[in-house]
Amino acid sequence: MIGGMANAAIRVEGLKKRFGTLAALDGVDFEVPPATVFGLLGPNGAGKTTAVRILATILRPDAGRAEVLGLDVVRNASRVRYRIGLAGQYAAVDPNLTGRENLRLIGRLGQLPRSVIPPRADDLLERFELADAGDRPVRTYSGGMRRRLDVAASLVSRPPVLFLDEPTTGLDLQSRNELWRTIRELVEGGTTVLLTTQYLEEADRLADRIAVVDGGHVIANDTPAQLKSRLGSTVIEVGLEDEQQARHAAGLLSPLIPGDPEVEGTILRLKSNDGSRILIDALRALDGEDMTPVSLTVREPSLDDVFLTLTGRHAEAVEPEAPMLAPTGRGGRP
Amino acid sequence: MSITRTAEREAPIEHHGAGLVAAAISDTMAVAGRNLIALRRVPQLIVFSTIQPVIFVLLFRYVFGGAVGPAVLRDYPGIPYVDFLIPGVFVQTATFGALGAAIGLATDMKSGLLERFRSLPMARSAVLAGRTLADLARNVFVTALMAVVGFLVGFRVHTNPFSFLCGILLLLLFGYVLSWIFATVGLAVGDPETAQAAAFPILAPLVFASSAFVPVSSMPGWLQPFANHQPVSVTATAVRDLMIGPPIGGGTTSAVLQSVGWCVALLLVFAPLAVQRYRRAV
Repeated sequence: MIGGMANAAIRVEGLKKRFGTLAALDGVDFEVPPATVFGLLGPNGAGKTTAVRILATILRPDAGRAEVLGLDVVRNASRVRYRIGLAGQYAAVDPNLTGRENLRLIGRLGQLPRSVIPPRADDLLERFELADAGDRPVRTYSGGMRRRLDVAASLVSRPPVLFLDEPTTGLDLQSRNELWRTIRELVEGGTTVLLTTQYLEEADRLADRIAVVDGGHVIANDTPAQLKSRLGSTVIEVGLEDEQQARHAAGLLSPLIPGDPEVEGTILRLKSNDGSRILIDALRALDGEDMTPVSLTVREPSLDDVFLTLTGRHAEAVEPEAPMLAPTGRGGRP
Repeated sequence: MSITRTAEREAPIEHHGAGLVAAAISDTMAVAGRNLIALRRVPQLIVFSTIQPVIFVLLFRYVFGGAVGPAVLRDYPGIPYVDFLIPGVFVQTATFGALGAAIGLATDMKSGLLERFRSLPMARSAVLAGRTLADLARNVFVTALMAVVGFLVGFRVHTNPFSFLCGILLLLLFGYVLSWIFATVGLAVGDPETAQAAAFPILAPLVFASSAFVPVSSMPGWLQPFANHQPVSVTATAVRDLMIGPPIGGGTTSAVLQSVGWCVALLLVFAPLAVQRYRRAV
């Protein structure tokens, strides 16, 4: 796939970056067509942020190449910076400035013409529902407001390429949905977005293509539909009395789904595109054998399920001090 | 370029050649302005940069002033302690004030703000130049405030207004150089609390084992070589020489030259170090 696309907005080839003994990126390739959303999906420490930092000209790669709009991020770093916006994992805004002052500062440092900056800042405050708080110091903002301001700051210069590093972490549902809508509008207007996330649901909703990253490698690069077809749209987890019963139940339920159920301890996991049908059939089959599940969960597939399917193991953070919170049980979301 | 579409006029302006210099100055002013806003809005910083120096002037003047008599000031016959003291407090305040650069940059580094700055098409030099410029502006304000308070509690210039102004300029130069040193410390440490903890053990001996508050000749012999030649001491002596005249057997020029020498040498070492640290800091 290297060099395959004629006019890729973002192109990454054989990218490597090492921190001490840890290979944060170990030969990563991908391409992003203009005006699309590309999702980098993976747990903490998978290398997503490192890739974004290299593309945003903050870090230099050890090996490989990265281009934004045909400009090399190392050799043409200063030209790349005129064309990108970055919203990081933590809200990188000045707590002592007001929201408006923060946006104006970024506009000024982004080399926007002076006359454009104030109306642009006002527009963004309006769009991110910060207009009322616009003249308060940011240190009085809630976490969600700070993150919204952070994303707004990345849009001040209307960059054609936007990097959003876990933009919805810590946002409430409404803010998250607002941000998703904004991202879609931007892409309709021609912006190319590289989005990192730990949430399969987010990548699924937004991305035209998803690269699953694990330990510095891209282990899958596909459309959300293709990726999910490997998973099934619903995950049913049945907890049984003991491991022996779980194995027995696995044999019993195996004919109901394509492939075999996953057994992990006393938990049996069924993945299917027809969740409610399978659920009824599975409970009926268990009841026929006088087996009663001790627990039952029906949910959408999570990042963890992607990892189990692709690698046979759970999604785990590389850094031991930052344990990954497996984003399970998101099925209840609208 | 007679027809320019709206979208083009609203896009960032890419600078080239001479435009880069103008842009770098504009970026530096923007960063300095941002740092000065923080000075006005953060209560600790307001206290640190206004109330604390005033308290120091008053404390040293009235608490220690009575204990420091003509015997201690034998090299400055006829000079009241308050006149000896105020130039020293100026230097002490500028020295401790430089901590702000370490804390401020470490905070920006930790918060991810430096990372955002590095992704922007701004001059690479502007973050450090803006920070040190803001510190300089703060020092102008603090020094003016202390001078007023000093005059109110009895400080008098014994030389002439021109020499006094030269003393102020030397003081500001010294404070500016210290900003670069502590910018380096802040970027090296990357955490505001650690920056403060790391800076204090460096600062305390420089400020107190110096001529800022008492003449070095009153200190034990083993301490005198250090206290006579370290930069804070040399600068306190130089500023004092310019404001109240040199001690018996000393000339004004020597201390001033030594102080300027220290400033130039320290700036030549620490400005490149700070820049190098900034390039590596993420």
